[in-house]
Amino acid sequence: MKLKQRIEQIMNLVFFVCGMVSIAAVALITVYMVWAGLPAILKIGPVDFLLGTVWKSTASEPEFGILPFIMTSVWGMFGALLLGVPVGVFTAVFLSKLAPPKVAAAVRPAVELLAGIPSVVYGLIGMIVLVPAVMDIFGLKSGSCLLSAILVLTIMVLPNIISVSETALRAVPKEYEEASLGLGATWIETVFKVSIPAAKSGIVAGIVLGAGRAVGEAMAVMMVAGNVANMPGLFKSVRFLTTAVASEMSYAADGSLQKQALFSIGLVLFVFIMFINWALHAFLKRGEDR
Amino acid sequence: MSHSAKRNLKGNICKALVYGSAILTVAILVGILGYIFVRGLPHISWQLLSTKPSIIRNTVGILPNILNTLYMIVLTLLIALPLGVGAAIYLTEYATSKRFIAIVEFTTETLAGIPSIIYGLVGMLVFVQVLGLGVSLLSGSLTLVIMILPTIIRTTQESLKTVPAGYREGALGLGATKWYMIRTIILPSCLSGIITGCILAVGRIVGESAALLFTAGSATVIASNIIDAYSRGGGTLSVALYIYASERGEFEVAFAIAAILLILVFLINMATRFAQKSLNGKEQVK
Repeated sequence: MKLKQRIEQIMNLVFFVCGMVSIAAVALITVYMVWAGLPAILKIGPVDFLLGTVWKSTASEPEFGILPFIMTSVWGMFGALLLGVPVGVFTAVFLSKLAPPKVAAAVRPAVELLAGIPSVVYGLIGMIVLVPAVMDIFGLKSGSCLLSAILVLTIMVLPNIISVSETALRAVPKEYEEASLGLGATWIETVFKVSIPAAKSGIVAGIVLGAGRAVGEAMAVMMVAGNVANMPGLFKSVRFLTTAVASEMSYAADGSLQKQALFSIGLVLFVFIMFINWALHAFLKRGEDR
Repeated sequence: MSHSAKRNLKGNICKALVYGSAILTVAILVGILGYIFVRGLPHISWQLLSTKPSIIRNTVGILPNILNTLYMIVLTLLIALPLGVGAAIYLTEYATSKRFIAIVEFTTETLAGIPSIIYGLVGMLVFVQVLGLGVSLLSGSLTLVIMILPTIIRTTQESLKTVPAGYREGALGLGATKWYMIRTIILPSCLSGIITGCILAVGRIVGESAALLFTAGSATVIASNIIDAYSRGGGTLSVALYIYASERGEFEVAFAIAAILLILVFLINMATRFAQKSLNGKEQVK
């Protein structure tokens, strides 16, 4: 009996420790990002760092301004959402409201497959298909530019927007739609004027999730954006917050201001993402409460 | 134009937008799959799959990358599975404080939203430098453990919630201790949920690149034994795809790897559906 109680106590403790792991992981990540990212920001000066428009990390008189990266990430995010939201939400409407069950059963796995494709594969397709196409269509010297990155990101955020919006649209109470139909509205009018507004907070959650993915994506955009630290322009070669970290990390010397500054960029990205996470949490919560 | 004609037109425009978007989404997927397979499948050969790159013979092989991917999956799941399932069990079976549960769920959600490049940075700082594990498969695995924890916790929790309360009450009423009940009743009944979590996690591990580039590197050496394998750096298939495409310009190999990755993703998706179906089937029986 004694032994049994002892085992019970031990297992209780073991499961408690497992439960603590995700809290510990978030704490660990936060502490290390701040610890590694803050020194360079203080050394360079927060204003020069965040609002400086010139990034010359390897020049003899280096300059560390990351405004180009911040603006590129913001542009990339809004560009991808601008194109991805209509297509994604309409596809979700199709899947949840208009498609015959058999067609929906065929399209849904396709969307899941799109979500499962590794980002490097998107990058490869972008590099070989999209970049030359953009170059030809717009008569550019090189197709590696913000526009190509936005197009790749658009495809990558689609599955997020579609699956979250579809779940929200399915959760709209039948009575709402039936009432609208009973008042003489057609089905398509009902969907657009009743179902979509009723599923609003879920759809917004899907969009925010997509925004998080667009801001956080590194490898795919690294392969198509050209990687020059310009202020953003649709046809200019640009660097995102993520790719700024990834492209110099492999050769920056340990302990150098350059490497510290890369961690600072990581910290800025982290703050962005935490803000988006918080917004996502708020919208999901609001959807649940209703 | 009469009012009803206007109404009709509006409805048709909306319908056209909806159908057009759905067709576009499917077309994008079909286009990507078709292009990768057409350019990639012809370059998959036995020599590519079964050798390592050789400068002398001027050949490229991806056997080391395949092995690294497998090593990475095995170790990551070995660590993440007990942790994740344990966390889910604590949340649904043990935890009494609503506040604590909410905090754990919020942090799990947060982990799921952190991009892989941040995991790469933290993994490099913590595992590679502070803990001194170096750029190795072990550092890479530990980084991925944190990354896939949310997936395993969430799917296990979902399936634990479907285990009827009567099972628990029955077992406890017969005098079983809590751990005995979990071991013999709860875990077996949520097995398919755990399996679903595993399959989803494998999908993420296979597709991951940014988190591994700085923690596990991109080496292509075949290790002689297990300890050697984990203490050495090595690139998985996705990392190799990136290196071959962006740094070496070997697009034939890159497309071959992309085709292999897509086949894997396809199999993983099928397996997930299968696991979920058997889960739902069991629920209906109850």
